[in-house]
Amino acid sequence: MAHERLLTRNMDREGSETIGVYLEAGGYRGLRRVLKEMTPEAFATEVKNSGLRGRGGAGFPTGVKWGFLPKSRDKPRYLCVNADESEPGTFKDRLLIERDPHLVLEGIIASAYAIECRTAFFYIRGEFHKGYRIFKRAVEEAYEKGYLGKNILKTGFDLDVIIYRGAGAYICGEETALLESLEGKRGLPRLKPPFPAVVGLYGCPTIINNVETLANVTLIAERGAEWFAGLGRPPKNTGPKLFCVSGHVKRPGVYEAELGIPLKELIEDRAGGMLHPDRPLKAVVPGGSSMKILPASKCEVRMDFDSLMEAGSMLGSAGVMVMDSGTCMVQALLNLARFYAHESCGQCTPCREGTGWFVKILERLEKGEGSEGDVDLLADVAGRVEGHTICPFGEAIAWPVQSYVAAFRDEYLEHVRRRSCPIGGPSLI
Amino acid sequence: MSAGAPAKAVRPETDRRIDELLSAFPRKGSALLPALYLVQEEKGYVPAEAMEYLAGKLDVSPAFVAGVVSFYTMFHTKPIGRHHIQICRTLSCALRGCRAVLRHLEERLGIRPGETTPDGRFSLETVECLGACDQAPMIQINQEEHGLLDPNKMDEVLARLD
Ligand SMILES: Cc1cc2nc3c(=O)[nH]c(=O)nc-3n(C[C@H](O)[C@H](O)[C@H](O)COP(=O)(O)O)c2cc1C
Ligand code: SF4
Ligand code: FES
Repeated sequence: MAHERLLTRNMDREGSETIGVYLEAGGYRGLRRVLKEMTPEAFATEVKNSGLRGRGGAGFPTGVKWGFLPKSRDKPRYLCVNADESEPGTFKDRLLIERDPHLVLEGIIASAYAIECRTAFFYIRGEFHKGYRIFKRAVEEAYEKGYLGKNILKTGFDLDVIIYRGAGAYICGEETALLESLEGKRGLPRLKPPFPAVVGLYGCPTIINNVETLANVTLIAERGAEWFAGLGRPPKNTGPKLFCVSGHVKRPGVYEAELGIPLKELIEDRAGGMLHPDRPLKAVVPGGSSMKILPASKCEVRMDFDSLMEAGSMLGSAGVMVMDSGTCMVQALLNLARFYAHESCGQCTPCREGTGWFVKILERLEKGEGSEGDVDLLADVAGRVEGHTICPFGEAIAWPVQSYVAAFRDEYLEHVRRRSCPIGGPSLI
Repeated sequence: MSAGAPAKAVRPETDRRIDELLSAFPRKGSALLPALYLVQEEKGYVPAEAMEYLAGKLDVSPAFVAGVVSFYTMFHTKPIGRHHIQICRTLSCALRGCRAVLRHLEERLGIRPGETTPDGRFSLETVECLGACDQAPMIQINQEEHGLLDPNKMDEVLARLD
């Protein structure tokens, strides 16, 4: 499928991260159009009409979220950019930050204009040292050229962008944990409601958007809602998307396609097919480690929000983890269970205790010391975690557990019967 | 500086930069994480005296600062090796053989994750997905990343370190 590169269009240019190259390629034209020709409400409506849905994981319509801001203007409004990218299997925001930071920054400025905010925060995960350096330089360049600061493009619009580094905690990608962290605290998710649009950073109305979401806003600023809404699978799955393909493929990487590209096309054509010719596809996690796994029999699916939901999983962060026939599904899940046990913030008993239970039960099964009852116990505990926690991290571990055990129940039972692993591939733990 | 905070917890330059941070955000509290980074940049880790000093600067309790430090994996409360080797252990890296690289590192360095070589040259740590799964298996040494590793390539990387 020939697809015009939109989000990755500048990335092959030498010096694509510099403002000079960005401007040469026509950058900041969209922002100029928005700031000079449109009111904030008009552009917010434009984004709503584009059908753009958040690229951070939940797929919530961006324009609708912006509409939740209270009308009263007695407090400042904030925009927080979620650049925490920590969902296992996900590495698309990193690419945008390192290779085209101004595409992101232009979207931040246009979005801040639309929601009438004067201070935006860019919360970048602490481990992204290179991304931090590049984005910091990009922000400096934007100030030098008058795209940030006071009276931007002589329109009277002011905006400051403050970069804030995280410090190693997956949970800080959850939007309310991110706000706590930005306030200089431990990243403990807040109870919702109130939602951040009403009570967010420093108690003020706050919009949190993902890096890739904001890069898409730049495209809408350039070419309008109608054009954007025609890309992908309208009406509800519009626009281009970055897919992160990792695991057992020949060419792991970030691939841009319109929403709705068949999963098989992504694996076979873009990522070069399976790594080992003699090991066929066994399963795919389509949306980052927190989303439900699809066994090979369910992989004839299109990669968009609604198609994946129908298939029993979710697009999530579009982290596509590909596993071949040599993958032990007990070890794969144990690997993830250890991740979640390590990253639980510990506030809710079901999440704190449940993640520990998953690790223990899976360790037993992996060593060949488990019982059939343990296989059911996994699903049982997952059911007690799901829906019983402050933040969606509970689902982020319950869903993998439920789906791995359901899709590969026989393999789990084989571990019990044989008292060892029937797969025998390289260790994942 | 508020009363009682130890005077010489950080160098004057770091102290000055931390003062700047106090007014860099709409609320002072937000300065804590960047201030901890400055302390760690100077000292290599965050000693207890520095936590007390920051507590004084930010008008919070030392226990609050300690709670924040312990929450985030990138802050260290003990000195670490000159080369901090962080190897990703999460699924995409595991699928591409990070265990073999880790085993090799353990043998070469004679330490296990969480430990530092007696000469202080290397610390080894396993970390969770670093958002570079297309480079799997991958590691970060201080601020540099190295990807698509196997035991041989790992040796080449080690050979370039002082
Ligand atoms: C445990 C957890 C981790 C998350 N991590 C991230 C992340 O790293 N980056 C991100 O953009 N969103 C992450 N999210 C989703 C955010 O909470 C939020 O929905 C998103 O940033 C909103 O932006 P969007 O509407 O533009 O997608 C995470 C959610 C949860 C529950
Ligand atoms: S669900 Fe887990 S991560 Fe989320 S608030 Fe509760 S304990 Fe913390
Ligand atoms: S799993 Fe290792 S970088 Fe993502």
